[in-house]
Amino acid sequence: MPSLTGRASDTINMAVLERSYKPYAGALSPEWSRFLIIPRHAYRDVFRSKIFTGFFVVSFVWPLVCAILIYLHYNTTALVATKIQVRDLLAIDASFFQNWLVWPQCMIAFFLAMLIGPQQVSRDLANNGLPLYLCRPFSRTEYVVGKMSIVIILLSLITWVPILLLFLFESYLEGWVWFSDNLWIASAIFLGCLVWILLLALLTQAISAWVRWRVASMAALLGVFFIPSVFATIVNEIFQTRWAHIFDLRALISNVWSGLFGTFVRQGGYIDRNGGLHPEIIFSEPPLWMCWLVLFLICAFCLGLLSRKVKAYEVVK
Amino acid sequence: MSSAAAVNDLPQSPDAPSVISLDNLSVSFGGRPILKSLNGDLRGRAIGLLGPNGAGKTTLIHTLLGFHFPDSGTARIFGRDIRGDANQIKSLIGYIPERDSFISKMSCVEFVRFMAELSGLPPAAALERAHEALFFVGLGEARYRNVDTFSLGMKQLAKLAQAIVHGPRLLFLDEPTNGLDPPARERMIKMIREIRDSGQANIVVSSHLLRDVEECCEEIVILKDGRLVVYCNLEEERKANKKFLMLETRGELKPFVAAVDSMGCECAVTSDHRLKIILQNGTEIRDLYRAAAETQLQIRRLSYKRDSLEDIFLKAMENGEGVSEARP
Repeated sequence: MPSLTGRASDTINMAVLERSYKPYAGALSPEWSRFLIIPRHAYRDVFRSKIFTGFFVVSFVWPLVCAILIYLHYNTTALVATKIQVRDLLAIDASFFQNWLVWPQCMIAFFLAMLIGPQQVSRDLANNGLPLYLCRPFSRTEYVVGKMSIVIILLSLITWVPILLLFLFESYLEGWVWFSDNLWIASAIFLGCLVWILLLALLTQAISAWVRWRVASMAALLGVFFIPSVFATIVNEIFQTRWAHIFDLRALISNVWSGLFGTFVRQGGYIDRNGGLHPEIIFSEPPLWMCWLVLFLICAFCLGLLSRKVKAYEVVK
Repeated sequence: MSSAAAVNDLPQSPDAPSVISLDNLSVSFGGRPILKSLNGDLRGRAIGLLGPNGAGKTTLIHTLLGFHFPDSGTARIFGRDIRGDANQIKSLIGYIPERDSFISKMSCVEFVRFMAELSGLPPAAALERAHEALFFVGLGEARYRNVDTFSLGMKQLAKLAQAIVHGPRLLFLDEPTNGLDPPARERMIKMIREIRDSGQANIVVSSHLLRDVEECCEEIVILKDGRLVVYCNLEEERKANKKFLMLETRGELKPFVAAVDSMGCECAVTSDHRLKIILQNGTEIRDLYRAAAETQLQIRRLSYKRDSLEDIFLKAMENGEGVSEARP
């Protein structure tokens, strides 16, 4: 027993490290769950950044504001105290979830993805880390899924998870009938956000695999979204059409969301800059199936890019 | 949770007791053949993979690791086919890449733990073994430092730690002493020998440095132009080679060489006054002295010399046209 005197003669039990090579014969983790090791270790690094952590926390502010808005609908005391009429408040319906929650949260998700996505694959490529992953019982698919899940899990936490919680909150306040009547809104929220998140995850990883400099890959991601958007706007204005929206990711996803929330209008009159409607000029948006198809093709292209780069070693032919 | 022991104890095919078995293995890139019909059963505890640049050493390791697909033929590691059982094989393998390879923004212990987890160890066991592996390779004191800040020698040691952390049965070490200073190199060689002598893992060392291979390998494989030209047990090869003599002389060499040739001995003049002679059965050294006296040649120095690895290597480079099947 060690005494409190701390004399040299006291015996102290110490751990002895056996410094020799020995095989491992213990239990192994299930193979299906190994891709999750990547995000678990990545988050330690991601949340070291104060800017990112701050941004992540701020991204919950808007759902909180919306939660208060929903609550106000049902709190008569508060409405009386603030002298607000229920009718003056927004209606809590599909349009509310689409325009007030899905849109802003998904835009925040874009900037969040821009902060964390571009460094994930490029770092491993720059440090020749891929052979270390792929010489283990860990496939290229698991690697890509693992890297994508870093983005997917984080973006889910700020998009469909809080929005669905608000949907449940509204259901709790409004009642079971509202919940069962509007369950399709929940699936639209989930599916709409998931499509966006998958698109962002694939784009960030593909850009990260090809553009190794972080700032350049962030700029490339911005470019992918905004340059085609500007191009599409110019083409639409010149040719008096809306078909150029198939080049515009923002418009494509907007159409897909509108389709899911049942607010998609394919043909509409021209609205000028002063807000004047010109019903004699009819513009047609690309059909919904085409919007889905273009998004699918973009995802497939990103997977193709990833599959070309995510290799233990590049073979120079 | 499955068990690592269970994976290691999977039944092996009875006809594959070797560590690595090459079966007509061919690999080509862009139509250019890199490995050409390699055959052989490699069984040694420590096997040195030698060959000039572009011989296909790294390609062979990468193919065995599943990074490249063979065009034809196959290979088996502990009896498991690289085409069909890639994941099982990878769980038995540790690998040190030739180039600098690490995961950035991680401390060394996080890095090694991460690698252990990817190999299938649960987080707690992975952390424990990461500490042990780092103490084993001598990075115990530096284990909380970022790998990015390590010197080249330390990075090599970190690479060794990540390769052994999950206790593999076969280690592929691609140029393990690259960029190491002499003490660090000594240390790396010592550790490779320790792992070899533990009997728990087989080792394949690919290196340009013959001395490294000589110091830690029992068997060698020499590749030339994508063909396996030599596979031998180093010690047996040295013993099997006829002893030859190195002579330093003064005087006219030609008559002496002719006399030695007439005795049936092989003789090679290496410089003006030096020559190598391989004695044949029935010929003794006194016969050489007699021939020297008769041809008025002074023998200033005479010493026995056994084939070094360099000799074996150079011989393979001169003569090697490929062996169809290699068995030591």
